[in-house]
Amino acid sequence: MLHLDDMAIRQAGFTLTADLTLAAGVTSVIGPSGGGKSTLLGAIGGFVPLERGRITWQGTDLAKRGPADRPVSLLFQDNNLFPHLSVQKNLALAFGPRLRVTAEQADQIAVALDRVGLTGYADRLPGSLSGGQQSRAGLARVLLQDRPIVLLDEPFAALGPAMRAEMLALVAEVLKGRTVLMVTHDPTDLRRIGGDLIVVADGSVSTPAPAQEMLDNPPPALRDYLGQGQ
Amino acid sequence: MARSAVAISLPRWPAPLAAALVASAILGPLVALLWLVPSVGGMGPADWAAVRFTVLQAAASATISILLAVPVARALARREFIGKAAVLTLLGAPFVLPVIVAVLGLLAVFGRSGLVNQSLAMLGLPAVDIYGAQGVVLAHVFLNLPLATRVLVQGWAAVPAEHLRLAASLNGSVFRLIELPMLRRLVPGLWLVIALLCLSSFAVALILGGGPKATTIELAIYQAIRFQFDIGHAAVLAIVQLAISAGLALAVTKLATGVIVDGARGRTIGNWQRDSLAKQIVDMIWIGAAVLFVAGPILLILLRGGVMMGALPDAFVGAMIRSLCVAGAATGIALALGMALCIGGGRWAALAGVLPLMLSGLVLGTGMFVIANRFVDPALIGLPVTALANGLAALPFVLRSIGPQIDKDRLQFGRLSASLGVQGWQAVRIVLLPRLRRPLCFAAGLTAAMSMGDLGVIALFSGHDQATLPLLMLQLMGSYQNDAAAAVAAVLVLASLLIIWVLDWGGRSHAAP
Repeated sequence: MLHLDDMAIRQAGFTLTADLTLAAGVTSVIGPSGGGKSTLLGAIGGFVPLERGRITWQGTDLAKRGPADRPVSLLFQDNNLFPHLSVQKNLALAFGPRLRVTAEQADQIAVALDRVGLTGYADRLPGSLSGGQQSRAGLARVLLQDRPIVLLDEPFAALGPAMRAEMLALVAEVLKGRTVLMVTHDPTDLRRIGGDLIVVADGSVSTPAPAQEMLDNPPPALRDYLGQGQ
Repeated sequence: MARSAVAISLPRWPAPLAAALVASAILGPLVALLWLVPSVGGMGPADWAAVRFTVLQAAASATISILLAVPVARALARREFIGKAAVLTLLGAPFVLPVIVAVLGLLAVFGRSGLVNQSLAMLGLPAVDIYGAQGVVLAHVFLNLPLATRVLVQGWAAVPAEHLRLAASLNGSVFRLIELPMLRRLVPGLWLVIALLCLSSFAVALILGGGPKATTIELAIYQAIRFQFDIGHAAVLAIVQLAISAGLALAVTKLATGVIVDGARGRTIGNWQRDSLAKQIVDMIWIGAAVLFVAGPILLILLRGGVMMGALPDAFVGAMIRSLCVAGAATGIALALGMALCIGGGRWAALAGVLPLMLSGLVLGTGMFVIANRFVDPALIGLPVTALANGLAALPFVLRSIGPQIDKDRLQFGRLSASLGVQGWQAVRIVLLPRLRRPLCFAAGLTAAMSMGDLGVIALFSGHDQATLPLLMLQLMGSYQNDAAAAVAAVLVLASLLIIWVLDWGGRSHAAP
């Protein structure tokens, strides 16, 4: 269980508070721009310090741990891969800050690439991949890191609708059983992926509730975000 | 989306250490100079004459360079012709051309038995004399006209096409509405930059200047040390030189923000094809004259040197090895200090990057000479000190070529690196260095070429059998062996170009995307 215990973050005149518990499975995060979605993920990932409260995983406080030492792996909207390193080397960084891999690790990388549909792409540079393929390579590294919490900060926002649907299906399939927090700005993503939904708006984070129910009967903050007629 | 900026965290100790090294290498000699000053007398009339000449020739050189550069740049910005890219490349050449080679080339054209005087003699006209103030200014115009032209071409290229159309639709004067304001913005800073360069170009004054009417402060320093053995007098002059160039350097940092010296290709602006044939011809004459003026001396010296390769003296091999060693050491010093300062972030780099601009190589060398003279025979440490002074002089260029890339990468890959635990030296090795390959190679080539061609500190320190290639050239010219000097010049230029080309090629191949 990932527990955000009476947590508050303050950044340049902006305060975000949250008090909630996240179970395994995909939880979507939606809300207006500048509402604090990325800040929330940043706090869990270890990039944003807390002003108050605690973030605990299975009962242990994460406060003292840096981004790399948390049980968390991340995918951002861009810059998920070092453009000067091959796919193989980018994935090797999942095992630690060295670029050399053992034969066993090389096998693991090949398996991960298989699972995301990038068989045979190990020696390519990221720049020679399509946007969708780059997202898949990033996802393969998340698999190799094998951490229980996965934070997805709009990683598929730059993809077209068909590609995005494909990636969401892939995420649901390969990350099954982990605690996944995914920022999105598209209601159709929510319906497609199901799971729980939290709304981040006006400096507060709503309690997770099933996405389908929330969309059918939106609370005021969500209704404001979606607009009339949704 | 409120993105908190996360920068890659890098080792903290190298930057302050490098800054301390730079500061002590520069402030140490400065303190040594200031220490000596009170114990000696003031400035004599000859010294004041040197100050006056230094300032006046710098002002004249900057003014003439810019006055000539305006029509050339205007023509280059307006006309499209085959070979335009080659002309723009040629205008970059004097930047890495050793000054002494440029002077030798000018002597081949304007010297006593040069092309110009031979032609004048055939026509029965009196000869022109390149030695003296006019020669110093001529050489400075030769070295800086190309720089001024490139900067102004970029000024023209940066004019938005909409502004030209707007001026045309308003039936206004393009010159008054667009060109004059652009020049008014660029010229003051450019003038200061060129004047600063001309204040401290020792090699030009050493060969073409001299005598009561054409001695610069730096030449007077050299004479005080080499011929009068009066170190105190040299120290006083060095402080005066420092005060003048530091004041100008300060003005440059304030005013010359619009002056960009790197190589954007000039695009042709506006629709000038409808200009009258006469206007087009005038423009092409300006361009042709500039090309002749810049390329002529260089080609002449390379040809003469190539033909006279057999005249290479015995001392050549040793000088070549010494030059390569000095250039290699200077490059190592500049890159190591530059990397250390840049991974410490902008503050350290900015601080230590400005210091070398204040002191010319010769002033720095004078300070080091004052220190060295107390402990050892200066001739013993001439080569290491030259490498150090060259490395420090190149540091601002190194910082400018690698700093922006490091700052950008630190932010762009900050979160990714943090989430993967790639920090500190690991981040330098895995993230930063592979992406710096190109700017590092560029900076290395530039530093090595500048050091190979430098004739400043080495002239103060050198003892017997310590000549580098430029100093060997000077010695050969001093004993009227101009063929041998030309041969050395040709090798020096080719070696510098080869180093730049190889490093540039190394930087481009397998360069990080």
